[in-house]
Amino acid sequence: MTVFLVSAISIATVLLYGCVGEIITEKAGHLNLGIPGIMCMGTAGGCLGTSLYMSVAHENPSWLLLILISLVFAFLFAAALGGVYALLTVTLRCNQNITGLAITIFGSGATDFLMSFVDRTHFDPAGKLFSSALPFAESLGDFGAIVFGHGAFVYLAIAVALVCAFVLNKTRVGLHLRAVGESPATADAAGINVTAYKYVAILIGSGIAGLGGFYYIMDYIKGSWENAGIIEAFGWLAIALVIFVLWKPHLGILGAFLFGGCYIVAFVLANVTSTQKEIIKMLPYVITIVVLIVTSIFDNKENQPPASLGLPYFREDR
Amino acid sequence: MDKATVIELRHITKRFGKVVANRDVSMDVKRGEILSVLGENGCGKTTLMNMLAGIYYPDEGEIIIGGEEAIIQSPKDAFRYNIGMIHQHFKLIDVFTAAENIVLGTGEGEKYDIKEAKTRISEMSEKYGFHIDLDKKIHEMSVSEKQTVEIIKVLYRGADVLILDEPTAVLTPQEIRRLFDVLRAMRQDGKSVLIITHKLNEVMEISDRVAVLRKGEHIATVNTAETNEKELADMMVGQKVSLNIDRPLPENTALRLAVEGLTLTGPEGNLVLDNVSFDAYSGEILGIAGIAGSGQRELLESIAGLHHLDSGSVTYYNPKKDKPITFFHKSFERVMELANEGMLRYADGRDFDGRDEDGKHLSRKTIKSLVEKGEIFFKDDEVINLREKTPLQIKELGVRFSFVPEDRLGMGLVGNMDIVDNMMLRSYRRGHSVFVDRKTPEDLANEIIESLQVVTPGTHTAVRKLSGGNVQKVLVGREIAAGPKVLMAAYPVRGLDINSSYLIYNLLTEQKKNGVAVIFVGEDLDVLLSLCDRIMVVAGGKVTGMVDARTAEKDEIGLLMTKTNTVTE
Repeated sequence: MTVFLVSAISIATVLLYGCVGEIITEKAGHLNLGIPGIMCMGTAGGCLGTSLYMSVAHENPSWLLLILISLVFAFLFAAALGGVYALLTVTLRCNQNITGLAITIFGSGATDFLMSFVDRTHFDPAGKLFSSALPFAESLGDFGAIVFGHGAFVYLAIAVALVCAFVLNKTRVGLHLRAVGESPATADAAGINVTAYKYVAILIGSGIAGLGGFYYIMDYIKGSWENAGIIEAFGWLAIALVIFVLWKPHLGILGAFLFGGCYIVAFVLANVTSTQKEIIKMLPYVITIVVLIVTSIFDNKENQPPASLGLPYFREDR
Repeated sequence: MDKATVIELRHITKRFGKVVANRDVSMDVKRGEILSVLGENGCGKTTLMNMLAGIYYPDEGEIIIGGEEAIIQSPKDAFRYNIGMIHQHFKLIDVFTAAENIVLGTGEGEKYDIKEAKTRISEMSEKYGFHIDLDKKIHEMSVSEKQTVEIIKVLYRGADVLILDEPTAVLTPQEIRRLFDVLRAMRQDGKSVLIITHKLNEVMEISDRVAVLRKGEHIATVNTAETNEKELADMMVGQKVSLNIDRPLPENTALRLAVEGLTLTGPEGNLVLDNVSFDAYSGEILGIAGIAGSGQRELLESIAGLHHLDSGSVTYYNPKKDKPITFFHKSFERVMELANEGMLRYADGRDFDGRDEDGKHLSRKTIKSLVEKGEIFFKDDEVINLREKTPLQIKELGVRFSFVPEDRLGMGLVGNMDIVDNMMLRSYRRGHSVFVDRKTPEDLANEIIESLQVVTPGTHTAVRKLSGGNVQKVLVGREIAAGPKVLMAAYPVRGLDINSSYLIYNLLTEQKKNGVAVIFVGEDLDVLLSLCDRIMVVAGGKVTGMVDARTAEKDEIGLLMTKTNTVTE
């Protein structure tokens, strides 16, 4: 049970980064289907950062520096790919869905390519550092393992989700961002710089999502790299999670845990055939579809996606 | 009038391409007054006000505010000059509360404190007499509440000059009264209020002065106390201009379409059609006159089966008496339905009810062969109820409607498809093959291009690449080629040059001569008066009059168009 919960929390963390990143982007009116690719790109960036730092300080790596440097790298790489998406969809007004899919295909491919250059010799010690938990966790038994037994990225994810919820709902910046996603024309008329808000939201959202992929590789599976496929799969799950939690980052924490649980239960349960495993792994998507059906039946205005999600904004079109 | 002038417009001209929207307009706005800007559709009143609000920028002339020339290039600039405009389509965010909408985009750099903002808004509301729940979400609000939020939004940004674009169009009489009270309170407070309107009764009631615009020009600004509705209507519509349109007297008219008590609620919850009744006859052109948005569009769409009506009926009289029934326009099921209703007979006069002498049902095959041989006849004209029928059902009932909608590329044609494919939108159901017949529509496309002089590189050019006039010709051509019994056309000449317009007028007259019942929604009164046989006038979703187009006077129609019963005492 402890193993199950600990693993569920880890998968939840991956999904939570992706989900919060996507929520921020969607709140600006941009459906970013490039998130899976951007999460891959964040992984590549983070791994590169880790490898660079470890090769410099392999004797005595500092936990804090390692975390900071790889975090910045992961964020920047992911944000860079997000920037391409932003340029295409905000400035050039390309179709968001097509652009997003292209970004995902590019991102996962480019990550496999980049990772072939990264020196992975130091990943094992780095991975141990990343997942090092608070010292007193062990002394608290199962409870300690579940609540305190994770690496810093897990707690950072929760903090990011909470900060994001606060900013969106309680600050002027959040009000303006939501206005941009609901009705850019209204926001524009009210003197809000629509383009700037969209760019910043997409860049920050992408950067946050990128941390998810990196966390998975470096912390959860301790730096063992095969290919970008698994992270891409988490990316799609994160997008489904956004719908499931109705665009609310604080609900994302709980939703991610549920999705993570569904994902991991298939591996933890004994006596299940591989067919049953695949069916259990499908559950999050089934739940998402049910949520979509339920919300559209009740047609509650509060639980709908941002009204201008997916629509390009031309100022001249008034 | 010794009030100070706040805004002065000097020789303002605004063009859109070749069209002059405003020509050499000079007028002024005074402090603490309510000024009505009155005019027909397309007279340029909204364009003129949009130049004050920073939506458009004048091509010539200048706007003087506080003795200096004001450059207003964006709504933000307008706010710097304390001018705020409330547009017809509200710019509000549905999922935000009233307060959030009001503060949106303001107070950059200050601490975000919605509570403090709410106190300020409440004080303002008290001063002017607004009734509003600031924590209510916009999507839960009525139109009137949304309008109130828009007005507060403008006042919150410190506007001293408020421009309202047709503010009463979607309000109930009680709501209009409340709005007027608020406007009077603002005038009392020294604010200037400009109302764009075409409702004469409201002009008389609320305003201190009236500026009348006609065809982009400023006719006069008069003191309301020194004028009357008749004089204003005269200024608004101008002199009658006779157009040289051939208009034969209607021949062999017969009732074709009867509309009874049509009532329809719009998306905003207001009545867009209010108990509309009229008859349309074959061989005549029935004109529908009215200010844009008075329900014309919804009326035609309702007849065509595009709306769920609240109440009322649409009945189509199919001239079938003593004609054989065929499968060309009727399905087998419809034939059986008519047989059961006792509408059919054999050639020798015996009733046909789908049974033999012994009362046994005839086989499907027998009935089919009887109909195909032309041995079954209608006893009388077929009466078809169209209420609650979809366009497809209407077509399957054998009703031959043609509809030229106002929104050509939205409802009439598919812009990205070529002319042939657009022809096929009406014919793709013909035949039984899985493959569509492309030859016939291709021929039709060529025929239309030739007879209507459509300027196009070929039949395979995407319709959206054609000019407005040519698009319209393709649409009208297709609709007429369908051989309609009722032809409905909404603003078919909008945006067309003189020659194309006359071509369309002649096509409509041609249809009338062929015994089609033509319903023509127009905006130019001179055209309506020279083309139509009868003119029905609508205002605010109601029929306000039916006049004989040959004898009616322009100002008479002008008065009917502006006659709304939302009079506030």
